[in-house]
Formats: sequence, structure tokens, C-alpha cells
Amino acid sequence: MSAITASTPPRASALAMSIRQNRGFYGAILLLAALYLVYNFIHPRGFSTNVFIANTNESVALAFVAMAQAMTVIVGGLDLSVGAVMTLTSCIASELVRGEPWQIILGCVVSVAAGAGFGLVNGLVIVYGRLQPIIATLATGAVAIGLALLIRPQPGGEVDLDLNWAVTNSIKDLAETYHLFEDGEAAWLQPIAWVPVPLLILVTITAAVWMPFRRTVTGRTLYAIGSSEGAAYMSGLPINRAKLWAFTLAGFFAGCAGLYLAIQTGSGNADIPQAGAYTLNSIAAVVLGGISLLGGVGTVIGALIGALILRAISFYFRILSIDPLLQPLVEGVVLLAAVSLGAIRTLRVKNRLELFR
Amino acid sequence: MLDGRAARPFAELSGVSKYFSGARALEGVDFSCHEGSIHAILGENGAGKSTLIKIMAGVVQPDSGTLSVEGIQHRFSRPSEAAKAGIVCVFQELSLLPDLSVADNISISDPPRRFGLIDRRAQRERAEALLARIHCEDVDPRALIRDLSLSRRQMVEIAKALGKNPKLLILDEATSALTSRDVETVYNVLAELKAEGTGMLFISHRMHEVEALCDTLSVFRNGRHIETFLKGARTQDEIVKLMIGRDIVHQFPVKPPALSRKPHLAVTDLKWENRLNGVSLSVGKGEIVGLGGLDGQGQKELLLALFGVLRGVEGKVTVGGEGGIPASPADAKGGRSRIALVPEDRKTEGLMLPMSIADNLLVASFDKVRQGPFIDPTKSRQAVADAIAQLQIKLNKPEDPVASLSGGNQQKVVIAKWLLTQPEVMLLNDPTRGIDVGTKQELYRLMRELADKDTAILFYSTDYAELIGCCDRVAVMYDGRIVTEFSGDAITEEALVAAALNITRPTDVPAREAVPA
Repeated sequence: MSAITASTPPRASALAMSIRQNRGFYGAILLLAALYLVYNFIHPRGFSTNVFIANTNESVALAFVAMAQAMTVIVGGLDLSVGAVMTLTSCIASELVRGEPWQIILGCVVSVAAGAGFGLVNGLVIVYGRLQPIIATLATGAVAIGLALLIRPQPGGEVDLDLNWAVTNSIKDLAETYHLFEDGEAAWLQPIAWVPVPLLILVTITAAVWMPFRRTVTGRTLYAIGSSEGAAYMSGLPINRAKLWAFTLAGFFAGCAGLYLAIQTGSGNADIPQAGAYTLNSIAAVVLGGISLLGGVGTVIGALIGALILRAISFYFRILSIDPLLQPLVEGVVLLAAVSLGAIRTLRVKNRLELFR
Repeated sequence: MLDGRAARPFAELSGVSKYFSGARALEGVDFSCHEGSIHAILGENGAGKSTLIKIMAGVVQPDSGTLSVEGIQHRFSRPSEAAKAGIVCVFQELSLLPDLSVADNISISDPPRRFGLIDRRAQRERAEALLARIHCEDVDPRALIRDLSLSRRQMVEIAKALGKNPKLLILDEATSALTSRDVETVYNVLAELKAEGTGMLFISHRMHEVEALCDTLSVFRNGRHIETFLKGARTQDEIVKLMIGRDIVHQFPVKPPALSRKPHLAVTDLKWENRLNGVSLSVGKGEIVGLGGLDGQGQKELLLALFGVLRGVEGKVTVGGEGGIPASPADAKGGRSRIALVPEDRKTEGLMLPMSIADNLLVASFDKVRQGPFIDPTKSRQAVADAIAQLQIKLNKPEDPVASLSGGNQQKVVIAKWLLTQPEVMLLNDPTRGIDVGTKQELYRLMRELADKDTAILFYSTDYAELIGCCDRVAVMYDGRIVTEFSGDAITEEALVAAALNITRPTDVPAREAVPA
């Protein structure tokens, strides 16, 4: 027997391994694909880039807020201020993103930086104030809404219209607006000219921020903390630094959401119910995307997928003549079903005491 | 002095003492170990072995005394500092991160990096090389820890330790979770490491492992280093005597004369996972049966199984001739069986710390103090007062949080809570741990009183003196089985320790030797 087992057994392929370890994530991708495919199939006009662009536009803010939430859930926390930080940054952006090109760029940078800064403050309060994330962010979230109301007592603002047009349409429209790549007629651009800019933004920021971060020691430490903080500490990992980064990046993603919302709507609005709804939806998205609320499992990309699922459900209400009032009910049922699938694992626990640990 | 080894010791402790909230864990310990040697640390539960290695590995700091490594004095404030000096520990409680991959875990404290980012390929190759070194090529470095068996996890833990290039590797019960195939592998690896000049401290409760592997043995007892000698210098009997010492001070109530009793709780061939491997046992009415053996031989699992906590238990359990294995604690305490369990950890499993003493006392027996759907205040006040009086719990007001009580009184609350359910079978999981001597003696008396009132008591203790002083019979467990039972005067420390180590002492089998071949 030893002669056979001692030699290396055939290894599962990388994909099979990844699927086995991330069932929630791959399940979410399948669900999204199915939902969106059926949606386009039963859409009165079938698939069109216009509808696709409109859909992605509506999804960006929630996707970013869900990614923000994912950062804190992975370390085993929860951030109740993500919606409020989004609202705050959208109000800031509605004041700053206009005028000369350099002013616009500066305005965008300041808005996102404000979000990241707010996240850093959350992190400092949680790490050095030793508060539980859930209550700390409930309080700071209220502060963020308060600041937003100070900046924008009334809805309004004049966000640069060119920018609004450019980032809410296809790549070709973007190039045309700013006279890039031969006004978008460059031959090499044509294969991707139809791609919605909002999708490009999501993919670019995910690839530029999350993918490298995940491969740093700090990024790995996030998972270690969520998995077993005691073992992470005993392994000498930089726990405080990682938590500060998690909340700062959460603020950064929430800031991206706010900036996009401001550009998309052309204005800012300190809308309290909207902030709350975004926060709750971000938690739903995170769970749908295969991230464990206990921490340590899942990725920011999963949260992105989860947000898209929630949005895809809402699109159905537009093309089918279902009472829109049923939307929360349907979303709730989908969430419940997804969570129940995840809980099947606990049926295998042999020592019931472990269920309570 | 020991063997005339010319080399100076790799690590040397002198005059090291450590106290945990006043209790002695180590006192005035001088100890040294060498490279290229496998050095066993032996001792009973609580002899100070764990504290010794925790100090060497930088997990705890000594209160006094010094630690030198290669002649340089050190004071490690965390494990990474000890690792830098060449001391790496494979802990008994696993330090792996369950949601990360094998490769991630092996390189967790210092992963290979390229351009500041973790180089996954290099990390995987490193894991592969280390796993190959311990002959575990079948472990996929990409697999998640939580998907591995306990035995494989332990092997990963060893690979992780080797990745830090230890000069002194400490193995704390590192083989207790291993399957026999992996144990074999680890033996070979340790022998190879020894040949390469690595020193090892080996803590094991398995005497045959120590005999097979180690070249030097040190015995600890009650926080003191008793003696160090080369393998073969002492017989197993002498080693057992060194481990026990002579300092029994507890007072125990007088035992009744031995009676033959009808079994009330009868357990037949109980099996669960690979922790219980066919336990058969009976406890009569009015009898106190002790569970002996070293930590982690299945005693806790046996009690949990009898109380309905474990899923997938096989075998037969009857109480008073009827019933089966309880399906849940609610099932165990109610119905005909009337079983109570005083759990291992009173702070998490026994008590609701922020709730009041009164609520904690009533929590298992609300059905006795209710009036329809409501909890009857008069009945509950009476029940609480009775319980406090019966166990003489020292408190201010029953409304105070139970967390405000001393450890001994907290344990009394746990026991009183279960007495309110009027159990017929009491399962006690090391109930006197961390309790002052006075309260211990009260508990011993209480156990005997309960037994005199016909309760069947199954009592697990890590303290042999308690088993000897309290029990009518003692069943010793080893590797998920009951290996021996002693009753009456046959319950002695020598017998218990030898049985716990699963040593067959020559004195146990004179009859067989006397038979001519």
C-alpha cells in the first residue's frame, strides 16, 4: 500500500479545487448568469447595448458599497456606515466635481479621499477605541449623514455634464466626448467600443486595488483575522495594521460609490432612507456573493457579484408587469434561499457544542 | 554531569519560576537540552510541562530566572522572537488558520514576496518541499486547512514549524492527533532531524513512544524538575514513581463498604468518530465511578455522548434498564433518564456569566417552578433559597451576577443548578479544577451525600488523588477505550498512572509468569 500512496496522487485541477473551496462564490456567478440571461431572453426588445449600459449604470453604486462591506466582513466585522459614507461623498462630489478639467479631477480625488479618510477614522475608533465595529460604525454613520446634511441641506449641485455623459455610456461615447482615439473611431477600439464605461470602472478599480491588495501580507492578514484572530496573533501577523487597512479600503470603495452616484445623477442629496437601504443591501450582497459573516471566507469580487444579483432581480420588475411593491419580498426570499444553502454544512457537525462556538 | 557531553547545552533554564494567579506552575527549575538529541519531558497533568515549553517558545514570560540559548541570555516576549533564536514549537492546540490554504499557513509569518506582493508560486513550491520533507506529498498545498483531517493538519503544523529552520523543535503532544501511519512518518522525520543535529523536546503521554524515540528523559512534578537521566537508566516503574511523588494532602469522606450493585447507568460498546472506540461501563445507584487516564483519551467525549451533545454516537446506553442514547441535553435531563452534566468549562458551558445567580440556578429546571406559561416568583425564590442553603453558596444577593462569585462558588452554582433537576445520574467533568482546597473538600462530601441518596455518579478528574479518595471504582481510559478498572484498595496511584500510560507492569501479571510453559 505504501508504495502506491507514497507517490504523489493525481491532483485536482486548479479550477476544480477552486470551485470546491468557493462554492458560494461560484454559485453566485451561476445565479447571476442565469438571472441575466433569462432577463434578456424575456426582455421585449431582447439584448441591446442600451439596456446593458442602463443596467450597469444602476448597479455601480451598490456594487461599490457591497465591496466596501466585504472588506469589513472578511475580518469578521460589519460596517453600518457604508451607505452613509457613500451619501457624504456624493454630497462632497456634487460641490467639487465641476469647472476646469484640473478642478474636476481634483474634485474626484478629494471625494474618494474623503471616503477613505472616513473609513480610516472608523478603523482608528475600532482598533484603538476597542469598540465593536457594529456599534462604532452605527455612530460614525450618523455622523457622516450629519456632515452630508451640512454640505447639502437641499438636494442639488451642478456636476460637470460632459463627465456625466462620458461615464454613464459606452467607451465610444467616452472617447467621443473627450476627443480621444480619433473621437472613438480608432480601429483597435472598435471591438470594445460598446462596453459600458460603468463596467469598465468597476473592473478597473477591482483589478487595480483589490487584486494586488489581496496578495500583500496585510491582505492575507485580513483573512487570518477573520479565520481565527488568536492564531493570527500567535503567528505574529500585523493585526492592527490590517484592520485599519480594511476599514480604510471600505471607506475608499464607499467613496467611489458616492462619487459615481453624484456624477450619475448630476447632483448630491443627503437622503437618509437611501443611505440606510444601501447599507442593508450591501450586507445582503455580501452574503449572496459567498462571503461568510463569520469572516475569513470570500472575496470582494463575490460582493460585486452579489450586488449585481440584487440589481438583476430588480430589473425583472421593470419588464414584467409585477407590482414593484413585491420587490423587497422577492429579494428577501432569494437571500433566505441562498443563506439556507450555505447552512447545510452545519448538518455535518458531529459535536453539537461546536455549533455554538 | 549527565553523560559527559562536551558541547554546551543549546538551551538552558536556571532558577525559572512562573505563577498563574498565585498558583505555582513552575518553581526554581534548572533545565537544559542539547542539539542532536530527542529529549522527553514526562510528568502528570499539571506537572508544569506546558508552562516549561511555553516559556521556551516565548508564549509566556517567566516571573523569575533566566533562559539562555547558545550561551546568550534571552527574554522572549513573543513566539517570533523565540523562532529567531532557533526555538520553534508545534503546539498541542493547533495554530493553523482554517480558512487559508496549506501553503498560506506554512508561510504565514514570512511569505516569499516578489515586488512586495506574495509570490504564490514560490509559496506553493516551498510548501511542497516542506511537505515532501515530512513525507506528506499527498497533501495538496492549495487545499484549505478546514478540509483536512486532524491528523493531516497536525502534519501541516509540523511542516510549518520546520519551515522556520529550528535548531530546537518542541513537540507538545504532537503525535496525539496522528493516525498510526502518520505517527510512523513522524518517527522517521524526527530521527532524520536528529541525525542532522536538530534538538527536540518531546512531550508525550505515550510511554512506548518515549521509549522508542528519545535518548534523554526529564521528569517534572508539581512545577519542579525532579530528575534528568538517559534512556534505560531507569525502569518504567521507577519513572512512574518519580512522576507521582509523595504529597497527598486532601481529606476525603469515608467510603462505604464495597457492595455489589445493580448497574443503573449501563454503557455498552459506545463509539463516536475516532475518539470513542467501544466504551463499556456501568454505574450503580449510589456508586461513584471515577474516570481516570491522561487528558484527551476520550473521557470528555464519553460524558458529552451520554448527555446527548454528540451526533452520530453508536452503541447502547440504558438508564435503569431502559432508554437509548439521549438525542440532546434536553432529552438527557428530562424523561426517564434524568441525567445531569457538570461541564468542562463552567464559564462558557456551565454559566451565563452576566445573568444573576438566581437565574443561573433555575435555568435547567424552569418546568419545576412555573405556573402555566409563567415563572412563579414564589416557587422560584424558594427553589433558589433551598439550593443556596444546600450547597452553602457564599453570596450577597441572589440577584447579583454570577460572575461576581469566586471560582469555587461559581462551580457550586453549576452543581446546584443540576441538583434542582433531581438527577438520577450525575456526570461530572473535572469539577474541582481551579477551585480552592476548602471548596474541594465540600464538593467531595457533597458527592458522597448524593451517592448515599442513590444518585449514580460518573466522575472524571485529572487529579489522581481525587479519584483514589472519592471513588468506589475507577475506570481508566486510553485511546477511547476503558483499559482497566480498579475497585476498593486496588485504586492506587501506581496502578492509575501505569494504566493511564498503558504500561503493563510486571507486578500486574505475576500469576501468568508463574505458570510453567
